[in-house]
Amino acid sequence: MSTRHILLALLAKGPSHGYDLKRRHDDHFPQARPLAYGQVYTTLQRLVRDGLAEVAGTDADGGPERTLYRLTADGSREATDWAGQVTPPAPFVTNEIFAKVVVAILTGGDPAAHLLAQRAAHMDRMRELTALKTAPSAELGTVLAADYALNHLDADLRWMTTTQARLTTLTAVTVEVDRA
Amino acid sequence: MSNRPVPLLVARDLVKAHGSTPALRGARLELAAGEIVAVTGASGSGKSTLLHCLAGIVRPDGGAVTYAGERVDALPERRLSELRRTDFGVVFQFGQLIPELTALDNVALPLMLAGTAREAAQERAAGWLERFGAGERPGLRPGELSGGQAQRVALARALVTGPRVVFADEPTGALDSLASEQVMTALVHTARETGAAVLVVTHDAQVAAYADREVRLQDGVTAGLEVCA
Repeated sequence: MSTRHILLALLAKGPSHGYDLKRRHDDHFPQARPLAYGQVYTTLQRLVRDGLAEVAGTDADGGPERTLYRLTADGSREATDWAGQVTPPAPFVTNEIFAKVVVAILTGGDPAAHLLAQRAAHMDRMRELTALKTAPSAELGTVLAADYALNHLDADLRWMTTTQARLTTLTAVTVEVDRA
Repeated sequence: MSNRPVPLLVARDLVKAHGSTPALRGARLELAAGEIVAVTGASGSGKSTLLHCLAGIVRPDGGAVTYAGERVDALPERRLSELRRTDFGVVFQFGQLIPELTALDNVALPLMLAGTAREAAQERAAGWLERFGAGERPGLRPGELSGGQAQRVALARALVTGPRVVFADEPTGALDSLASEQVMTALVHTARETGAAVLVVTHDAQVAAYADREVRLQDGVTAGLEVCA
């Protein structure tokens, strides 16, 4: 995900300083990895260097002095363009579970047992996310994030189920190829 | 495993065939009081047959089903009907509400069958419809309800008698994802409040994720995650 564009989008609501941007990012994306302060400041400096943001002054507010940033016209355009662009579906199939199952098949391991154990881990995580999103106090950001994660875990599970069903055929083919 | 509560419902080595087609080939399962368990598996894996055997709807060809110390698979039909009326609640994929009755009367019916007077039964039924967010138009007939509303009425009907076990067979199978979420949330929250155990059969992992644990069926056999000793 592009931290650069997310920060641009957050700045579109008005001038802000690094600390506030980090806090708002973490509020809006509650299930994402929290943004590191270092990353926020590095990204802001790059946005200024590229003419997408500029320093709008300083804000002390009784504490240490903090630099306020605001979007430039180019930055505003860039944020809108990015948000409107269709995301290309991933061109490469790379996934750790997929790789481990292939390796298990190639090295004569037990892919079926691996898939069963992985399913249990996925179901544990899906139970956590379901409890999170159905809690009476759940906010929209949490519900959307949980839905997103649940649907992706579910897609993994469906692939695992299909693979489990295919395993006999796949292993049979591998054995045939090895023999040939 | 030793600190698990005493199971309320136990299936051991269940065998059942439909004609010459085996549906269950030694399935095992335990359900503790207040526990929510999802039975998952591909179509034809025997999930619904397992639920039917556990709920006393069909008798297994072999193995045993024990509910609160009683052998369900060996009970006379009369005692089975009583059990299904008082201790068990059942929800199916398509609700199976009675089309000629209003939503309110569909929910009141199990109470009336158990001897409650019509007015008192309707009053309690109205409370349950409210609880499932289906209380706004209790006079509608099943044909006038959306799929999600009909399933919530079916849930109210399954829970109105205060069952100790609710059996739900693909309760969201005909619903879109948001209606499915509403039905499952209502079912799980109510079961937690009333202490009812729930056995939900589903092919959908997102539905199974509402349960405390999953029992997976493959070709009529429970695979790896069941807890029978």
